[in-house]
Amino acid sequence: MTATTRRAGDVILKLDNISLSFGGVKALTDISFDVREHEVRAIIGPNGAGKSSMLNVINGVYHPQAGTITFRGEVRRDMNPHRAAASGIARTFQNIALFRGMSVLDNIMTGRNLKMKAHFLEQAIWFGRARREELEHRAKVEEIIDFLEIQHIRKTPVGRLPYGLQKRVELARALAAEPSMLLLDEPMAGMNVEEKQDMCRFVLDVNEQYGTTIVLIEHDMGVVMDISDRVVVLDYGKKIGDGTPDEVRSNKTVIDAYLGVAH
Amino acid sequence: MSFFFEVLIGGLLSGVMYSLVALGFVLIYKASGVFNFAQGAMVFFAALTFVGFLEMGVWFWFAFALTLGAMVVLGLATERIVLRPLVNQPQISLFMATIGLTFVLEGLAQLLWGSQPHGLDIGIQDEPLGWISDATGMNISKFDLAAAGIAAALVTSLALFFSRTRIGRALRAVADDHQAALAVGIPLQQIWGIVWTVAGFVALVAGMLWGARNGVQFALTFLALKALPVLILGGFESIPGAIVGGLIIGASEKLAEVYLGPYVGGGIEGWFPYVLALLFLLVRPEGLFGEKHIDRV
Amino acid sequence: MLYREAGQFKASYAEDQQIFAIRQDRIAVGALLVFAFVVVPLVANQYWLSAILTPLLIFALAAIGLNILTGYAGQLSLGTAAFMAVGAFAAYNFVLRVPGIPILVAFVLAGICAALVGILFGLPSLRIKGFYLAVATLAAQFFVVWALTKFGWFSNNSSSGVISAQKIEILGYTVDTPAGKYLFTLTIVAVLALAAKNLVRSSTGRAWMAVRDMDVAASVIGIRLMQTKLSAFAISSAYCGVAGALYAFAYLGTVEPEGFNLDMSFRVLFMVIIGGVGSILGSFLGAAFIVLLPIFLNTAAPLIEHGLGLQMPPGFMSNLELIVFGALIVFFLAVEPHGLARLWQIGKEKLRLWPFPH
Repeated sequence: MTATTRRAGDVILKLDNISLSFGGVKALTDISFDVREHEVRAIIGPNGAGKSSMLNVINGVYHPQAGTITFRGEVRRDMNPHRAAASGIARTFQNIALFRGMSVLDNIMTGRNLKMKAHFLEQAIWFGRARREELEHRAKVEEIIDFLEIQHIRKTPVGRLPYGLQKRVELARALAAEPSMLLLDEPMAGMNVEEKQDMCRFVLDVNEQYGTTIVLIEHDMGVVMDISDRVVVLDYGKKIGDGTPDEVRSNKTVIDAYLGVAH
Repeated sequence: MSFFFEVLIGGLLSGVMYSLVALGFVLIYKASGVFNFAQGAMVFFAALTFVGFLEMGVWFWFAFALTLGAMVVLGLATERIVLRPLVNQPQISLFMATIGLTFVLEGLAQLLWGSQPHGLDIGIQDEPLGWISDATGMNISKFDLAAAGIAAALVTSLALFFSRTRIGRALRAVADDHQAALAVGIPLQQIWGIVWTVAGFVALVAGMLWGARNGVQFALTFLALKALPVLILGGFESIPGAIVGGLIIGASEKLAEVYLGPYVGGGIEGWFPYVLALLFLLVRPEGLFGEKHIDRV
Repeated sequence: MLYREAGQFKASYAEDQQIFAIRQDRIAVGALLVFAFVVVPLVANQYWLSAILTPLLIFALAAIGLNILTGYAGQLSLGTAAFMAVGAFAAYNFVLRVPGIPILVAFVLAGICAALVGILFGLPSLRIKGFYLAVATLAAQFFVVWALTKFGWFSNNSSSGVISAQKIEILGYTVDTPAGKYLFTLTIVAVLALAAKNLVRSSTGRAWMAVRDMDVAASVIGIRLMQTKLSAFAISSAYCGVAGALYAFAYLGTVEPEGFNLDMSFRVLFMVIIGGVGSILGSFLGAAFIVLLPIFLNTAAPLIEHGLGLQMPPGFMSNLELIVFGALIVFFLAVEPHGLARLWQIGKEKLRLWPFPH
């Protein structure tokens, strides 16, 4: 499975001159890059480089002070989480953000909430559209459960699951929304080699089967270079590199940032 | 105009007394992250115990020491029985546990000392200061002034205690993160014990002052409810906030009662502070002196 | 050995999504409903019906209301009694001022009024969380009681706001016996409890729980925080409002605003904590526990007194009650945060395996 077998389409997400700061602390400075449809786009960089902030800007959790975000032709100053979700952007978090009080099944079902249209009064009497929707969406969720091979834990409260499985459930919840773009924040952090291989396989399968565009933050360079089509490199909130894995690998500034420069 | 100032000053002085109760909340919150709803019940418990000893014929300062001892025991028992089993539980559970504690303290106090109201005389009269009346025509209570003085002294010493001592520093570390504090070797239980003892002391002082003013009775527990809007205004973690919040609430509630009350039928003291605090929250959710938290995702 | 689900296979998601997925549970619930609707009115005496069972059901409904807000949506409220008061006074005024209005319509409208007040006092939840919000709900508690007392219109100008609820009439038939009022209450509570169960297992309920467990993640999924929190406030308050209307119409008959005080709010909160946070069944268990405990204490006390030859001081029981309630709250929070509902569940799991240990 190599990157060349996939077809990258048009640019669907374009970030122009994004700057973000908290109080006096600059998290992102004047960053521009784009994401093409169906591609796997990685964001890498040392700790504190602003990678997670970048994802938070894309799906509207943070609002940048400057710059524009263009998603599917619509130019905006910033996103908000609901609009991002409604236009097909889903994500996972670096520190697992599952709903700890709910079962695996309910967590994933929540991922489909946006698609449920029944009025709460219909839901209260569990009749007609409400009942039909529950069943339809349950069937869809079961497909995702099969796909990610988590059938055996579907009724388990997520709090009781080991770390690796929690990460997988979080991916399942994101997939449940049938997103056209998936933002993954360190999906393989803290996993052993086997779990990483599983996760890689799932990510690539999602990309190939559903054509989902993937924006991925990852520290494991082996993984990044293997599965991504193009890579953005951030350091101290600035973009220092952008291109195919090979281009980035040979970029002088990037090498300096990672290995340190002799002053 | 002189009437306005009289109301204002009366309000400010009773505000100082609110601050005193709010101070107990802030202390415990700062040190243990627990929002101690039982502070009002502690005031009631302390006042009732103190009066109980006095009426048994115990000498004033001895009764004071005995009550303080009782509050220490109570604080340590609370730490042992209520807080320790709830370490690392969500704050809201701890809050609800202190509501439970409120009920226990109220029941216990009345079981021990009976439920009839008592008078309390601590030797300061609640009468207008003659020379101020003569000079300005305003009636300012001697008692209120003395109470404000005591409260100010207490607040200053606590502020110093918090900022200048090793225990104070440990307290702040514990407030920030229980587990991290444990990890660097701060004895959590001991710190909590100290804090509840200090809070018990503050409750005793507040109970004596309020009890001397309005009588020692069940209504003292409602003081906690008066202190809550003060906390919202001032922020849960700020001693200066508790003081300023108390002054604002005290003054505005009296002014509102006098100038606004007649238009809506009076009795608005009960809810006015809450609505004021609520409106304030909408503008500044972290309170006057609270720290703004940035949620990291 | 009776409680086994072996051999019961679920062939469709519909079967798997039933409220009671195990056959024995369905039979037990059916039996319980028959018992409550048929046997109890026939055999229970007047004291049990009007002084214990009716208020128990009413408080269970209020506890469901609070559980929706606190247990499912994670927004702590100390103003439950205020929303009950709104319901009681709204129902009274609808019946008083709208000639010929059917009682159930008045109850529905009362629920809607409480929902509107709930939304109003829920607005701060958009900016604040946790006990800041709890303190904000106290504003509702004090303000509502004050307004109902001060403005004569609400109580048709009776002194200190006392109202006497009108007769309950359904299709020309007057419900005035204890058994009738009990059945009236039971029907409403059963229907609303089922509706609440349906809500919490559908997308509305999942949105509530998502906001409770992690609001940032919820918003990223596309859940609107404002809408979700306010809907929890609205529906919760509507439940409390109907409970309040029943409290006036089917239980006490005569109520005053002061009756819906902070103490009552705490009582309902205790029901939720002891019964089980985030459980509809727990709301019933908690209400039963809190309603029955004082009765139990008061029955047991004279026996103990007599047995030991002691003379208890006056007010002893009420103070002991306070201590026991408070201690139980601390106990449940520390030892079993999911309350009686969880104990019940554990018991059922044990029963499934019985007589084998594993």
